[in-house]
Amino acid sequence: MKNYTSLARFYHSNYSFTLIKDFIYNLRMKKYLLLLFLSFLITFNAHSSSDGTNEMSKKNSGEVKDCFESLNRGIFAFNQAIDTLIIEPVAKGYRYLPKPIRNGTSNVLDNISLVVTIPNNILQGDIKVAGKNSARFILNSTIGILGFFDPATKIGLNDYVKEDWGQTLGTWGVGEGCFIVLPVLGPSTLRDASASLVNYVGGNAWYNITVDEDTHYFSDFDYYASRGLTGVDFRAKNIESFDNLEANSLDFYASVKSLYLQDRKKKIFNSDEIIETLDDSDWEEIDN
Amino acid sequence: MLNIKVKILIIFCLLLFNSTVQAKNPSELIVGIVDQASSILSGNLSDNEKITQLNDIAENNVDIKGIGFYTLGKFRKNISSEDQDRYADLFRKYFLKSFSSRLVTYTDPKINVISEKVVNEKYTIVNSILVATEKRPEVKIDWRVYTKNPDKPLIRDLIVEGLSLARTQKEEFKSVIQNNNNDINALFKTLEDFINK
Repeated sequence: MKNYTSLARFYHSNYSFTLIKDFIYNLRMKKYLLLLFLSFLITFNAHSSSDGTNEMSKKNSGEVKDCFESLNRGIFAFNQAIDTLIIEPVAKGYRYLPKPIRNGTSNVLDNISLVVTIPNNILQGDIKVAGKNSARFILNSTIGILGFFDPATKIGLNDYVKEDWGQTLGTWGVGEGCFIVLPVLGPSTLRDASASLVNYVGGNAWYNITVDEDTHYFSDFDYYASRGLTGVDFRAKNIESFDNLEANSLDFYASVKSLYLQDRKKKIFNSDEIIETLDDSDWEEIDN
Repeated sequence: MLNIKVKILIIFCLLLFNSTVQAKNPSELIVGIVDQASSILSGNLSDNEKITQLNDIAENNVDIKGIGFYTLGKFRKNISSEDQDRYADLFRKYFLKSFSSRLVTYTDPKINVISEKVVNEKYTIVNSILVATEKRPEVKIDWRVYTKNPDKPLIRDLIVEGLSLARTQKEEFKSVIQNNNNDINALFKTLEDFINK
């Protein structure tokens, strides 16, 4: 019996070891393939925008190509249907929640986003901002009860600005590549969409502890719920703006595309100074 | 002789004083517009009366013709002067309809002008904040004011949270034209449809 137990333990440990080994191997392969794919896309992006020139260096509104416009418009129409049927009604319902609950939810989501923002602050060379955001994360996660409250802002750690992997590539001079529309997720560019894959190869601590189950405190549901809530929270804050824009647009797709690309450019510049993001020569043309 | 000189001096001073009083700085222009719009929107007027009065504000303070030509972009250079006139007329109608219908849904919006920055002799950016309500967060609105004629500054763009409405409009018009084989008539048709809907 004892031998049998030892044998079972041996097989079990061996089997477990094989499983772990396979898991690590698969994980490595997955990461390797993703990184390979990412490198390919980034390389492709670096050359696909405006004949390989660096958009940032021109400091103006380099045009982003809409290489897949027909497909993009189809996905855009699909997303609009999803929005009308699901997202907008949910966002309207969400608005009925008391303001403190909505603010708290927004705070929690902002707090979660810090785990992606902080490494990107560092990669963009904003060490001081990374320190400030780390302090913000520690304070709000503890005293602020998992980010529901925002004591950091009250002590002056305010003006939080989200950063992501696409913005980091942008500050490094990687062009946007083509404009694309992703199903459900909405407008993006090849650079931003490919950079977001970093989140799935260890670049997002929240993803790691939920979907990748680095700990047993959270599950996949927590991750996908937070992603869904982020969308609903954003939509709830912009119901009138979206309705207004749609009602007054001659080509809603073109408007959304323009606003998205302007917003990304502004975020990459990390500037509220509009004179840095708009080119006066556009206006000078009509004065002559 | 002295009497005539004094009279000329007085007339000159009066003219000078008058032009000084009429000249507005860009921030004053925006504060004035916001106050007028706010009193219209919060007043007991019908939607049609509100729209008429808002359109008057726009016609007096916005460079509609300038925005129209900016919005047309490169296509402006390739169309005949008759088409330019037709476009200017259609754009004016389109702009006023779009402008008033965007605003008429707001009731008593509170906008605080906070600062201004002179970009160059032609442009000043006026920074303002649309105060948060229960339904939406605070919104940062910057106004691009054309100051080539300092006595008559005119608004040329609204930049909401860093996003230019004029630029968005320009790209939208470009999309309409390009998706119709670069035919400017397609834009005219789309504008007419919007105006008549």
